[in-house]
Amino acid sequence: MIASTSAEQLNVRLKKSFAGSVGPGFNLEVEFAAAAGFTILFGASGAGKTTLLDCIAGLQTPDRGQIAIGQTALFDSESRTNVPPSRRSAGYLLQSLALFPHMTVRQNVQYGLAALEKSEREARSREVLESFRIAPLAERRPGEISGGECQRVALARALVTRPRVLLLDEPLTALDAVTKAQILDDLRAWNQRNQIPILYVTHHREEVFALGESVIVIESGRIIARGSPHEVLQRPEAETVAQLAGFENIFDCSVAGSHPEQGTMTCRIAGTSLDLEVPLTRVAAAQPLRVGIRAGDILVASAPPQGLSARNVLPGVITSLQQQGAKVIAKVDCGPEFEVHLTPGARQSLHLEAGVRVWLVLKTYSCHLLQ
Amino acid sequence: MIIQALTLTLRLAIVVSAILMAIGLPLAYWLTFSRWRWKFFAEAIVALPIVLPPTVLGFYVLVAIGPLSPFGRWYQALTGHSLAFTFEGLVVGSVLYSLPFAVQPMAASFASIDRKLLDASALLGASRWRTFWHVVLPLGLPGVLTGFVLSFAHTLGEFGVVLMIGGNIPGATQTVSILIYDQVEALNYATANRTALILLFLCFALLTVLYGLRRRGTWNLWEWR
Repeated sequence: MIASTSAEQLNVRLKKSFAGSVGPGFNLEVEFAAAAGFTILFGASGAGKTTLLDCIAGLQTPDRGQIAIGQTALFDSESRTNVPPSRRSAGYLLQSLALFPHMTVRQNVQYGLAALEKSEREARSREVLESFRIAPLAERRPGEISGGECQRVALARALVTRPRVLLLDEPLTALDAVTKAQILDDLRAWNQRNQIPILYVTHHREEVFALGESVIVIESGRIIARGSPHEVLQRPEAETVAQLAGFENIFDCSVAGSHPEQGTMTCRIAGTSLDLEVPLTRVAAAQPLRVGIRAGDILVASAPPQGLSARNVLPGVITSLQQQGAKVIAKVDCGPEFEVHLTPGARQSLHLEAGVRVWLVLKTYSCHLLQ
Repeated sequence: MIIQALTLTLRLAIVVSAILMAIGLPLAYWLTFSRWRWKFFAEAIVALPIVLPPTVLGFYVLVAIGPLSPFGRWYQALTGHSLAFTFEGLVVGSVLYSLPFAVQPMAASFASIDRKLLDASALLGASRWRTFWHVVLPLGLPGVLTGFVLSFAHTLGEFGVVLMIGGNIPGATQTVSILIYDQVEALNYATANRTALILLFLCFALLTVLYGLRRRGTWNLWEWR
């Protein structure tokens, strides 16, 4: 369990199939390398993220493939290597945390240090308890501390063993924003001193941007996009990425016409008579499509606008207005309902209220076609 | 007479429940965590003494430890006497008879432990042995304690198996329940009543202590260690 923390790369290539009791079952098939630092695994629940972490930690066995940290093979289906979880040197923060309820915080943190001398064990646990700000809780039990404190203890327990790879399964869900930011700071500081690969599973966009050096987007057991958060968001072709990129408006649509000379095509939004001009894209005629539009990319006009380059001007009626911090969220019924984000100033100067007639203006390039 | 039978009964119960701890813990662990496909077969065998008439169990144990069986002959060659109608014979029969009362509560409480805790233990580098002593046993302690007390109390009160394989030899195989039977047969109702009251009180006290302890819940129980 105790290993030196030089910068080693985590290499994963694996395939695992689950026969479904209903439907076609589920296949996880991924290949990636994670260098020291944060790699975010992003995807909807059920995409296979937890299964992937379980395979790396050794709690589940892949059907085929290789998993290695640096030169050390953890799993190799060809040479029939399968190192048990207890000898993989993987720090794994389970989603349920799994703190030992009958042990104090200190005993929990020291659990992975059994092989060390008592003095060394005490020194190490004292250090980690302090750096994660849980030293005052050392003699309490998990049932007697808050959710955020439990999360810190679980993190400290995993890190104190100096793992060679760190696996975090949605470690910060159900925490308030302040606590979350604090723990992220502590984790970042720890990562500065201990350069190891950290796989961080989340389906929260803010965490991707807060930590993201590298993002891997998983959908239905496959990697559909990877790169820096910026790179991944530039080409939001897949719906999971679209959610990541923050498309508040996603509609099913079909191609109604193509205008190669204008570089556009017309898409009919399913179930409505509304047509949108979108950038020309090569798609099969019958392929089901979705169009994604960010709520902040939509302009609102209180009178029919003229002389614009924007191809899409949609008349509609405001159904609701809601202020959230410095942002006004308007729902506008144009056939389908659009979500539009405005500033409170824009709302005032246009005298926007529920029931008011408005025109939404969408640039062609603000309409992103998703596969 | 009563004191002699009582001492013998308590000695039997202590020896049997101690042996059942040693056998029952690994057996319960195995029954809970094994992925062997024929495991249900073993579970059925362990549960058998609950439904089987004591005379049936006693009869087969008697045959097994008698000179007709290889085990009986082996034991006789080793020790110079047969297991039948001895204290050791009673121990063998009682261990089998009380096995489910020890194993089932243990297995049930092991099964109720969150598997994620066992995963967490392994991920922190712990061997199965360490996981058993530091996670499974402390968290399953209420069930282990229940198993111990139930097997102890069950051995105190057993009758049929003892009669079949032990007979009724004062000081060697005459337990309290046999003594009561003996006294009633002799129409000695007053002494039978006294003896019966002792056994009744003993069993009641044991169960009271057990359920009183269980009320405190797992973690508090653990804190006493």
